[in-house]
Amino acid sequence: MYGNAAIGEAAIRAGCQCYFGYPITPQNELTEYMATNLSRRAGCSFVQAESEVSAINMVYGASLAGVRTMTSSSSPGISLKQEGISYLAACELPAVIVNISRGGPGLGSISAAQSDYFQSTRGGGHGDYRTIVLAPSSVQELADLTHRAFDLADKYRIPVIILGDGMLGQMMEPVEFKYDAPSELPVRSDALRGAKGRPSRIVKTFTSKPTDLEELNWSLFRRYRLIEKEETTYEIYMVEDAELVVVAFGVAARIAKGAIRNARANGLKVGMFRPITLWPFPYEKISELTQTTKHLLVFEMNMGQMIEDVKLAVEGKREISFYGRPGGVIPTPSEVLRVITRLYYQKGLKIEK
Amino acid sequence: MKKVYRRPKSLKRAAFHYCPGCGHSIIHRLLTEVFDEMNIQDRVIGIPPPGCSVFAYHYLDVDMAESAHGRGAAVATGLKRAYPDALVFTYQGDGDLAAIGTAETIHAANRGERITSIFINNAVYGMTGGQMAPTTLSNMKTTTTPYGRDTRLEGYPVRMSEMVALVKGAVYIERTAVNSPANIRKTKKAIRKAFQAQIDDLGYSLVEILSPCPTNWKMNPLESWQWVENEMTKEFPLGLIKDITREKDSTGKRDAD
Repeated sequence: MYGNAAIGEAAIRAGCQCYFGYPITPQNELTEYMATNLSRRAGCSFVQAESEVSAINMVYGASLAGVRTMTSSSSPGISLKQEGISYLAACELPAVIVNISRGGPGLGSISAAQSDYFQSTRGGGHGDYRTIVLAPSSVQELADLTHRAFDLADKYRIPVIILGDGMLGQMMEPVEFKYDAPSELPVRSDALRGAKGRPSRIVKTFTSKPTDLEELNWSLFRRYRLIEKEETTYEIYMVEDAELVVVAFGVAARIAKGAIRNARANGLKVGMFRPITLWPFPYEKISELTQTTKHLLVFEMNMGQMIEDVKLAVEGKREISFYGRPGGVIPTPSEVLRVITRLYYQKGLKIEK
Repeated sequence: MKKVYRRPKSLKRAAFHYCPGCGHSIIHRLLTEVFDEMNIQDRVIGIPPPGCSVFAYHYLDVDMAESAHGRGAAVATGLKRAYPDALVFTYQGDGDLAAIGTAETIHAANRGERITSIFINNAVYGMTGGQMAPTTLSNMKTTTTPYGRDTRLEGYPVRMSEMVALVKGAVYIERTAVNSPANIRKTKKAIRKAFQAQIDDLGYSLVEILSPCPTNWKMNPLESWQWVENEMTKEFPLGLIKDITREKDSTGKRDAD
């Protein structure tokens, strides 16, 4: 199954009731999957909106009505959605936003890139807020994390971003869906559905009292602390004895894995650390790694964005190198292997005999 | 003794914050009278705009949710699609509906979304202090057209209702005003018809209401009422703009085209 289609199927099986999209490459297969498979389902709705701005605001409307809802786009379209994401975060409304990202800045290219890391992990729109950011690295994980995204969104009443890329979206791999579509679509108890047998409800953030808004921000950040504690996830690969650890996420981690396997065959003790949640970022685990490893190499398909979080985690205790290819250029495992090998010898790291 | 006038059930017991002579309070009252008379208070969900009427939820006793500037019709679309039993209305000013929200409005209307827009036209951006709106009249002075709106540089007043009437999903559009008892009665009738079109599942409905803004027009309330009558209605003639509710039914068997 294509990565884009796998997201759609997983979303339907997670009980997604409303999908709102707008065409942009390389995520169109997802919108098309929803048009084919969601639009005529009982109780469900699909709208091809007039813009990404409208699509995210339709998500906001559907989330108000208490249903599971999703939109998807690619980098330039995700920029347009930031206004709506800020409002979702402010009004504590759950939603899933898929970014099958591409090269930038500007219109950029339609090839896979990871240059939306900053935008995704720093809130993205105006105001003090965070979104949970999930970074899958295979089609199977796209499906699994899509389901998890809906659960997290509801649990913490927060927008959740799935940060994929053009390669993952277009890639075809076998995938197993662990859940069947629910027989009854879930509706949140605090939904806006008319004041029937209860007082009328207001969903808003606007206030003329700054202290009210301060309290909202405090309450959001108390929840963010909880999410950091409970939901940080990552993958570690051959780090136990590693002299050098490659830190990479998403598709870059997959490329790195291939390179690391070959490096190991050459006797280089290299491992990999892959954050699965980009926010919350696994600072503590990376900090622990500095006790066992000598050197870190951050590898990203951008000019170096996640490296800032790695630096925050490492706190100067270890030297960090960077290798990146921006603009939608996809590095090969042999290219990364060359980088690893050169660095390994330059730093005089121990070779396994 | 018979009670002939009372506070509508759907209107909260709260003092309006609006300026003396402003049209919002009249329109709020009309909306809530209609909710009561149609017995739909518990089905209505309102989307107020950023603007003077952002606080409409302090007065209207129905479910309400704020929306980003201009996005009312998109938010209403999402809500209605997710929960079709609701009666969803947006309450939007001229800057909101006819400038930043033009795309959302036209396309929601074109899809025939079963929603109702209450469109308040006072020819200025009220809450931000009286800047030029898309509906500002030619030669009219505002804070951003201090020399008067020069159509060569600043464009012409937009007749949004006529534009929306062109799309096939819009079934009922009327322009009214709240500057005289007779016009206020007509406005209420129009609001009722607009909600009826939504209840009958026919398509998009819109009521444009010319509403005085004495503060930003720098007039007293009486002058502002007269200005609506003598100046605004020349550019924005009152009356029914489109009504195909009788030619249309929700099954699509009878369609206006």
